[in-house]
Formats: sequence, C-alpha cells, structure tokens
Amino acid sequence: MEKAKQQPRSITYVAAITEGVRAILNEQDNAFVAGEDVAGAGSVFGYYRGLLAEFGENRLFDTPISEKAIMGLGVGAAATGCRPIIDIMFMDFIAECMDEVTNQLAKMRYMFGGAATLPVTVLTMSGGGMNMAAQHSQCLEAWLAHLPGVKVVMPATPYDAKGLVIAAARDNNPVFVVLNKLSLGIRGEVPEEVYEVPIGKANVVREGSNYTIVAVSRMVHEAVKAADELAGLGLDAEVIDVRSIQPLDTALIIKSVEKTHRALVVHEAVRFGGIGGEIAAQIQELAFDHLDAPVARVGAPFSPVPFSPVLEATYMPNAAKIVAEVRKTLEI
Amino acid sequence: MARQPVRRARTNGTKSEAKSATRSATKGATKSTAESTTRGTAKRPANTAAKSPAKSSKKGRARSPARRTAKSRSAAETGTRSATSGPSDRVLQELHLRMARIRKFEEAAGGLMEDGKIPGALHLYVGQEAVASGIMQHLSDEDQITSTHRGHGHLIAKGGAFPEMFAELFGKASGYCKGKGGSMHISNMSLGMLGANGIVGGGPPIAMGAAFSNKFRGTDRVAVCFFGDGASNEGSFHEAANMASLYKLPCIFVCENNGYGEYTAQENHQAIRDVADRAAGYGMPGVVVDGMDVMAVYEAAGEAIDRARRGDGPSLLEAKTYRFFDHVGMRGMGLTYRSDEELEAWRRKDALLSFEAMLLDMGVMTKRKLTSFYKKLDEELAAAIQFAEASPFPDPSELLEDVYSVA
Repeated sequence: MEKAKQQPRSITYVAAITEGVRAILNEQDNAFVAGEDVAGAGSVFGYYRGLLAEFGENRLFDTPISEKAIMGLGVGAAATGCRPIIDIMFMDFIAECMDEVTNQLAKMRYMFGGAATLPVTVLTMSGGGMNMAAQHSQCLEAWLAHLPGVKVVMPATPYDAKGLVIAAARDNNPVFVVLNKLSLGIRGEVPEEVYEVPIGKANVVREGSNYTIVAVSRMVHEAVKAADELAGLGLDAEVIDVRSIQPLDTALIIKSVEKTHRALVVHEAVRFGGIGGEIAAQIQELAFDHLDAPVARVGAPFSPVPFSPVLEATYMPNAAKIVAEVRKTLEI
Repeated sequence: MARQPVRRARTNGTKSEAKSATRSATKGATKSTAESTTRGTAKRPANTAAKSPAKSSKKGRARSPARRTAKSRSAAETGTRSATSGPSDRVLQELHLRMARIRKFEEAAGGLMEDGKIPGALHLYVGQEAVASGIMQHLSDEDQITSTHRGHGHLIAKGGAFPEMFAELFGKASGYCKGKGGSMHISNMSLGMLGANGIVGGGPPIAMGAAFSNKFRGTDRVAVCFFGDGASNEGSFHEAANMASLYKLPCIFVCENNGYGEYTAQENHQAIRDVADRAAGYGMPGVVVDGMDVMAVYEAAGEAIDRARRGDGPSLLEAKTYRFFDHVGMRGMGLTYRSDEELEAWRRKDALLSFEAMLLDMGVMTKRKLTSFYKKLDEELAAAIQFAEASPFPDPSELLEDVYSVA
C-alpha cells in the first residue's frame, strides 16, 4: 500500500483485473486465457478488453459453452507445462464442471503422490444485486474452500483484485479468484507496477478496539459502513477483509478478537453452511476465553437469489443487517 | 441378447484384410532387403522380461517395452500402411510383450486382491490387452494418455514398472503415487500417463487439455484418451470431443467398448451399437476396430495417431472388446448379468492367445522361446511383488504432504 500512496492513481476494479491479467501474459509465455467470450468480447464483464489485440488469439481464445471441457482443458494443459487462466463467466456455471474441479483439479497432485503440478488460475464472477436471478447471482465459494487442493481468494478492492490475480497466476496450485459483480465499478488506488497481494493474508481495513467484523469480498464495504454507524452506539469496530478464504488467515482474525472480545462474520453467500460458520467456529475454538459475546453471523437467507428488485433487496446482506445483528447480539 | 464377439470391422482395411496383409507381408518380408535389415538389426525390446528379474526388482526398475522417443521410431516400425511391408518382428514382439505383461500382472494382482493382500478394489484389464498394446506401440513417453478406473493395462503398456505398480496397489510408500492413489489413480507423469481415473468420463477433458498443451507448446506430441462405452454417455466426453475437433487438437479418443457400463449391458445404456457413430457429430473420423485383434488395433491406431501428429485433428477409435473378469476383481459379486456362453465365446477370441498362435505360425516366436519368456515374466512378477510386500507403508506424517505444491 505504501507504493500505492507514492504514485496515487485511481482505477476501477474491472480495470485492475485487466492489469493483473496483462502482467501475467507479459511475464509468462506459457500462460493463456480460455473461456466463453474472453477474446472477441473481452469477457461480458469487460475485464479482458483490449488484451486480444495486444496478445493475439493464441493467448486468449473463445471456447464453446462447455464448462467441463474448459476446466478439463485447464487441468490437462497445466499438468503438461502450461499455466492456464480459465474463465468461468458466472460462478453459478461452476456447477457444470464440478467433477473437473472437485475430482480432477483439486486432487490430481495428491492422488499422484505430488508428481503433478497444476498452476491453474480460475477467474469467475459471483454475487447478486443486479437482478440476474437465481442462476447468475450466487456466491458458491464455500463449495471451493471445502476442497483440499485448491486455494480461493476473493478481492474486495481494485488493489487486491490486481495483486491477487497476479499472485494466483504465479502460484503453482489451482487458485480460484472469485470476483464480484457489484464491485466492478469500485475505484481505488492501484499502482502501475506489477505487484502481488499474498494469498492467505487478511487485511485490517479499519482499526477498532471493541468489536471485530470479519468480512468477505464486497461485504467489506458494507462492514465499513456498518462500523461507521456502530460508532454512534459507542462501538469502535475493527473491519477485517479476509481476502483469501482458503487458506484462511486465522491468526490475524484471532489476534483482533483477542483485542476486541466480540466478533461478527459477514458474507453475501447463504448463511447456512457458508464460510462464516467455519470462521465463527475457529474463533470460539481459539479465542473462547477472550469472548464477551456470541460470535454473530450475517449472510443471505436460505433461499435462491430472487429476481424481483424488491425481493432481491430484501435478500442481500448489507450494512443495516450487520448493524441489526450486532445490536441483537449485544442487546443494545 | 448375448453380446456377440464377432462384429464387423470398419477400419480402412477390414480386420481380415489387415491380418492377412500382415501375415503375407511379414512372411514375404523375409525376402525384402529392407525388412531383412530390420530383422537382422532388430534389438530386443527394452523390456525387462528378458532381463534377470533379480536386476529388475530393485535397481533395474523393470521398464517395459519400447521406452523410446518418437525420433527413434523408424518407418519400418510403424509402417503398416503399405501393402508390401508389414510390421517388423520387433514390433510384433513388443506388441506381444505388452499384452503378456498386462495379462500376467493383472492375474497376479487380481489374485492378491482376492486373497485380501491388496486393499480396496481392482478393476482388471484382462481381455482388453490388445487395445492398450496396439495403441501404445505408437507412443513415446512424451505422448500423454488418460486412463480409466480399469487402468493398470494402460500404464503397463505405456512402460510402467511392475515393482512401483505393485507397491502402489499395496498402498506402499515406494509406489508410483507414494501410496496415495492406489489402483484407481495410478499414474506416472514422466511416462506421460496422466492417471487412471475413478470418475467415469473423467479422462476426456484432461486428455483434450494435454492435446491443447502439445499444440500450444509447439510439439508434435499427441494425447490419447481411453474411455469405455459407459463413459461415452457422459457429457464430459461430448464436450471434449467437440472442443478437440474445433481446435483440431492432436487427441485420439479410444473407446474400449467392452459391452458393459459396470453391470449394465450396452443395449440397456445407449441406443446405438457403435460408439464410433458419435464421431460424426463432432466432424472427426470414427472407426470401429476388432479390439481382440492387436494388429487391427495397431493399424487403426497408426492412422489416427499419424493424422493427429500431422495436425489434422482428433479421431474416435472404437475397439470392440470384452473384460474376462468381472467389473471389480476376478470373482466379482456373483451377479448374473452376462451368460457363461457369452464369456466363453469371447474367451475363444482371446487376443493374447490368438496373437501368440499367429506369431508361432509366422515363426516370429517358438514354443521354446515362449516358455522361457513366461518363465522370466513370472520371475519378474514374483520379484516385483516381493519388492512391494517388503516396502514400508507411508509414514502417517506424510498424510498432509502433496495436497499443495509448496514450490
């Protein structure tokens, strides 16, 4: 972040992704981007725009709408010397290739006794809030984080988007970079140079003394808003952006809870079975004696993402829900 | 309806044509200068069956046939397309060696599983040896394959060493996968064997990806995907076939149609008889070949592999074959899903025995040589099993190793 301050430049989350991918295509001759509408269209979200002209059709190419084949291409190519960047347009579509993810990509190295190395980077777009209904809005990151053998990062800011894309593509393991739709237009300071955000390191985005909010992806911004509101109730909330859910930076979270003695975990994914349950469990296991209140959780209700704007607005977790949950838990 | 062993062969040359051409060509070739040269200078296959089992058991690392690069392949070794030149004696002997190694390994492994010495489940390849052998004869270590749950035969034909293979089946640290994969995930990356696969249909997308990689990296390597009639109903096969054809990838889809998806007969799991028909839907050649005839497989595979190496794209090769043992193990579960008569009819077509009869008839093999060959193979097997049994299990501390690359 120091370097960002040296040469302040504000760009969007979507532009930051482009810069990360460009950096990798420049530095790794055996890297390529494969996926639906990644080349000609530059992705429906626009983050590969311009890269086809820059790198040519051998480095970015459009695939058929065949997620099994796309993910399998990544597995087979990575096992034989390439460093594929695989694009799964909407995270919901990962369901189409869960065998390739679960049984092949995640396990091949282990099953082969370490003989296979799979440097596959998967970029995929998660999240609701754009009236795209039940099959184009989900946050399924807990499926992935449950699989030994893969890493899962979830950038909330432009700075992290660029740095995590670069770190993911340089990593010799399968890494899912779970992006977020409503974050695409967010602006933030991003250095022009090539840099990595280390995978597995959380980030304190707002310091506080008596409450910890652990937030995932876009909920980081909602958590910061909530912290501002909570200040009016006499709470000085610390906000942690986990950035990576697999591996999870448990140490940083525990350190914060030992200081604040209270915690809430928030993510946009369905609360039941979400990664928040794991984080809450780890907090009570490792910091039980420090806790002055139950660990609270905020997530989406146990429902598919609805289409109607009114219903979707009701569905989505946000700052107000975080504040309400904190007040309920602390009875304030 | 009983599954009939004899089916039409729909290769470029029919099965009988191929075989008679081979016979006459090979016989006639003794007079041909080129072929005589090949015969005269033919080295024994780099197999260990011919070596002392004592040497191969520990350091020798029984390398099976023809670990060689494509550069060393001569036209004489691969050429069966000319009507006047058949495969050399060396090729014939290597084909036999691959098949025999598979047969003996699988019978030994099956016995060890039935005796409770090998944990878990083994899916034995006995009966289908001609398919792996005929295809692998064209491949080098740099060419990749993906395999199936019935994968030992593919690895053996690709050059897998008995000691490390048995050790893996026993779950020992000295196994190819350090005991972490077992039968269903046995693999060897340096032999280009990208794994047996416990998921039916798991292989095709991966093989297609390896083929893409070969093209992307500017090599002339090919990737061969083995799968069964059952897997031909999985979406993964269809997606991979479409993409391989679209990008003209050096990928060969080899369907080993053994008539059953686990315990369900082909007629009860798909409405077509020839899986090769599905090739038309993806704009690639589809060829049916008698999978009990190693020469027919060898010849058809040569066409498909040459086509792929030339950059002309993928092919689908369907080999009609049969598993002599049950879906799992040798005895199976006692299910009556196929008749004794059907099994007998296919056993009469035994690819190994009929090829041996042909080699004896041609004079490429003698009964004495064959006896000594099997004696040495048995000794090699015994040494490999001893190596595996004597090897230590993985240390419990290795449990969490290899989940991630730490490099």
